[in-house]
Amino acid sequence: MSPAVHIELTVNGRPRAVEVEAHHTLLDVLRDDLALTGTKECCLVGECGACSVLVDGAAVDSCLMLGVEADGTAITTVEGLATGDRLDPLQAAFLATGAVQCGFCIPGQLIAARAMLSLNPSPTRADVEEGLAGNLCRCAGYEQIIEAVLAAAGAPGDGTTAQPRAHDAHRASDPAATPDARLAPQ
Amino acid sequence: MRAFTYERPAHLDDAVALLTENTPDGARVLAGGTDLIIRLRDGTLRPKVVVDVKRVAEIDGSIREVGDMLRIGARTTMTDIGADARIRRDYTALAEGAAVVGSVQIRNRATLAGNICNASPAADTSPALLVFGAVVVVAGPAGERRIPLDAFFIRSGVTTLASGELVVAIELPLPGVARGSTHVRRTRRRGHDLASVTLACSVSADGVTRIAYGSLGPRPLLRVDETGVLADAGAPETARLERLEAMFAEASPSPTSLRAGPDYRLAMLRILGLRAIAAASGRLRPV
Repeated sequence: MSPAVHIELTVNGRPRAVEVEAHHTLLDVLRDDLALTGTKECCLVGECGACSVLVDGAAVDSCLMLGVEADGTAITTVEGLATGDRLDPLQAAFLATGAVQCGFCIPGQLIAARAMLSLNPSPTRADVEEGLAGNLCRCAGYEQIIEAVLAAAGAPGDGTTAQPRAHDAHRASDPAATPDARLAPQ
Repeated sequence: MRAFTYERPAHLDDAVALLTENTPDGARVLAGGTDLIIRLRDGTLRPKVVVDVKRVAEIDGSIREVGDMLRIGARTTMTDIGADARIRRDYTALAEGAAVVGSVQIRNRATLAGNICNASPAADTSPALLVFGAVVVVAGPAGERRIPLDAFFIRSGVTTLASGELVVAIELPLPGVARGSTHVRRTRRRGHDLASVTLACSVSADGVTRIAYGSLGPRPLLRVDETGVLADAGAPETARLERLEAMFAEASPSPTSLRAGPDYRLAMLRILGLRAIAAASGRLRPV
């Protein structure tokens, strides 16, 4: 066991304080310590993109970043894209175009697409292909995914700094009140 | 992943001390982590201490002119390199090489310094850095020293970095004469893949052609044509091809690599070489 390290970060708009093992990845911390299991664990070598999250607005593979490196950052996971019951326009477009087949890669695809659209709100098809090149879909649903991203482009997004959901707002205002994360999935 | 102690020194002296105290293999430097974390997880590296250098005050992520060099801090990511207006203009091949490393997610973390320290023969930034005469600024127990990149690479994963040393910055000489440059490569598929051939080329107004290529042997190689033959599109085809063959004479692709066979790599090397010379010549612009 390596000594636990105290880190403070913002996850989906909500300040969190976590004791993390130094050798645990950000993916481990999100899934196991914060119970945010929308972010998927798959290849663990940065090939598939299923573990993509936004770190200070930039898409990264959370399997290739230590949890301790996230100290002081703002993280957005797929759970942070929707606002209350209102889906992010990307999520709505993925549903509308049938881009979701088995669904396993979709959290990563959504995060990569959100990052790309925040930098380039009017992408070409080639831009979308490049922006999502780090995200594999084993159902081979690429056509519908690209179609969904292009459809969502131009529709107003809630940006990369997702706000806490309405029912979590009271917690977000008081970091000291952060409960045991294992018992309080978002 | 095996347990280790995580250190995040604030000063270069502390980082060097941590590396020195834990030599030879007890400490590893963490910058972007896109290579390191894979090897920590698969157990090929088992350090006691991981030294995260991203908050070392003397190591930054800036790209700025210092004297007659362009200095790229060791925290600079591939995304930063690919987006920098000055690198895109004056060191085009480097911007192009950085822009095809991994995926967006990888480029947002991976650093240029980490790419050369990892010393993969297939690294897409190494050929451009060799072409532009990069110098590696290194700090260690004996202070700072500068290593020309051509004298930095030994073979895959092995560099002339001594124990206790770490890279602080990479410097590129400012362009002296008008030149154009490009990076080209072959991969098995479009998108996110390692190169079967990765090549950078610069052509300058004085007729000098510089070509560096990787994924064709244990380390990337730099070859320079000062005869002016390669840069002269009007020179006899046989003379140009002969010159090109001489520059590629030491290419030695692995016979066992799964990415591409040696014959294919050598054939593509010639084609990419010719294409790169034409593209770089077309981009010749005054400084």
